[in-house]
Amino acid sequence: MSAVDARTGDFWPGFRATFRLEIAEALRARWFLAYAAVFILLVGVLLVFGLTEARVLGFTGLSRTLLTYVQLVMAILPIFVLITTVRSLAGDREAGVFEYVLGLPVGVGAWYAGRFFGRYVLAAAPVVGALLLAAVYGAVRGVAVPWTELGFDIGLLLVMILAFVGLGFLIAATTRTVDTAQTVAFLVWLVCVLALDLVLLGALIRGRMAIEGIVAIALINPLQVFRTGSMLLFDPQLVLLGPTAYTIFDLFGRMGFMIWAFAWPATLGLVSALVGFLIFRRGDLP
Amino acid sequence: MIAIEALTKTLGGAAVLDGLSLTASQGQRIALIGQNGAGKTTLFRCLLGEYVYRGRIAIDGRDPRTERAAVLRDIAFVPQIAPRLVTPVGGLMRYVADVCGASVASMADVSRRLGLDPEEVARRPFVRLSGGMKQKLLIAMALGRRARLLILDEPAANLDPQARAGLFALLAERAQDATMIISSHRIDEIAGLVNRVVELDRGRIVLDDEIADAGALGSHFDVRLETVRDEPGFARAAAEWAMTEGPPRVWSGVISGPDRLRFLGFLARHAGLVGAMRLDAARREKADAPRVS
Repeated sequence: MSAVDARTGDFWPGFRATFRLEIAEALRARWFLAYAAVFILLVGVLLVFGLTEARVLGFTGLSRTLLTYVQLVMAILPIFVLITTVRSLAGDREAGVFEYVLGLPVGVGAWYAGRFFGRYVLAAAPVVGALLLAAVYGAVRGVAVPWTELGFDIGLLLVMILAFVGLGFLIAATTRTVDTAQTVAFLVWLVCVLALDLVLLGALIRGRMAIEGIVAIALINPLQVFRTGSMLLFDPQLVLLGPTAYTIFDLFGRMGFMIWAFAWPATLGLVSALVGFLIFRRGDLP
Repeated sequence: MIAIEALTKTLGGAAVLDGLSLTASQGQRIALIGQNGAGKTTLFRCLLGEYVYRGRIAIDGRDPRTERAAVLRDIAFVPQIAPRLVTPVGGLMRYVADVCGASVASMADVSRRLGLDPEEVARRPFVRLSGGMKQKLLIAMALGRRARLLILDEPAANLDPQARAGLFALLAERAQDATMIISSHRIDEIAGLVNRVVELDRGRIVLDDEIADAGALGSHFDVRLETVRDEPGFARAAAEWAMTEGPPRVWSGVISGPDRLRFLGFLARHAGLVGAMRLDAARREKADAPRVS
């Protein structure tokens, strides 16, 4: 991240050491154990109660289980990622960790990038791991595994996690206390939830906003992009979404929207993290 | 080594450092003293490149803000307040060794000399250690690598007398090749360690004196004293100074040179008990030693 670090060849040792430290520290932390347990339990419950041939809205077996899992993950993952990320960073600042660690000869860029990717791996591993567990379980039980959809689902989850980890780093870089950081993180999550399709449809019906504005909000809301993208995998005509589907297909087409569903959250996460880094580097570090 | 010109740092609208200028050359051992809020820790954070400031700082000609990693490679830092890191001690030492290009073994050696075997606490979270243990490890991780500038923020505050003696011996070994800045809010805490005193008050230097080098950084003193009666409180305090009772009410032990003032302070608190006392410089400092009987 830092040109100076990269030029002097100091970036990678500092990055690797910080990445390892971030992982080691989280593996001992209660929040991570609780976080991992939530997703493993979620998949377990869905497999036990949901892996049947019963047909619900046209979906059966593992497809239905995966779809339910993805929708539930969308509800809990963003707030979990945002809060744990900002708590970790802002908490470390208050706990004197920044003062000590940034007094060591590790570049700010290497340290920041090490923490960012460490946090990303920590946020993604339990979610994706649980999904793979479901696929393996389904295969062992002889249920058809929708591998293509599963692969796309994992990809969509990875970019959504990237978006919220990046937003978490940006929030932590611009706030000085845990309380402020948590409040801002909660507000960001609330805005994303309020800008989901049901609320937007309500706004559309009341005619308070131009349709273009509402569609634009839906397209920049990473939660809505994930939701629509994951629906598109299992429901190519977006029957579940109703007439809004026409706007999406008119604007992007199926393939175009899938590209957007991957590119936008990834860009949002990386750009947020980068802006956070530039702000962090410019000011007082501890 | 260090050149600071017109350094000003404002926090919350108030100037914590106010046009401060200071130079320090290789081998100087500076006591940075001042009351709480005088600006000592802020000055350290500026030297470490952690704060944005007005003015100019150069360490060996380099700006710590724009060339952080290169400057910090030559600086070892012990903070006043230990960071609340949940990382296990072993992992933390590996991290510091990795980013500093040092070895965990040399840090562990220093830690043992301060009376803490890092193997015994390697799996414990750093934050769960006692204040003294944390301080010993922070010192070990700072002094266990080659650095030309030592910045020590109240380094001996949580240490027992034996660990303090170990710290003084370690600093004595580095006295020729390293510049040291050691902060304290009390000069008597660190007077024996330094050859220059800089006092800060509200972000300005109000005193800058070179002081006669006691030459006692690595020295030791034999102590023998007699008490007029038995007193459990005194016995416990004497044991902390590693003094042993030979014949009844006759105590003997060895204290490190830089701790003389602290030791005399300890005796002053028990003056009513002390019947006789003798302090002899050990080995080559004997000729210059103070003798009190």
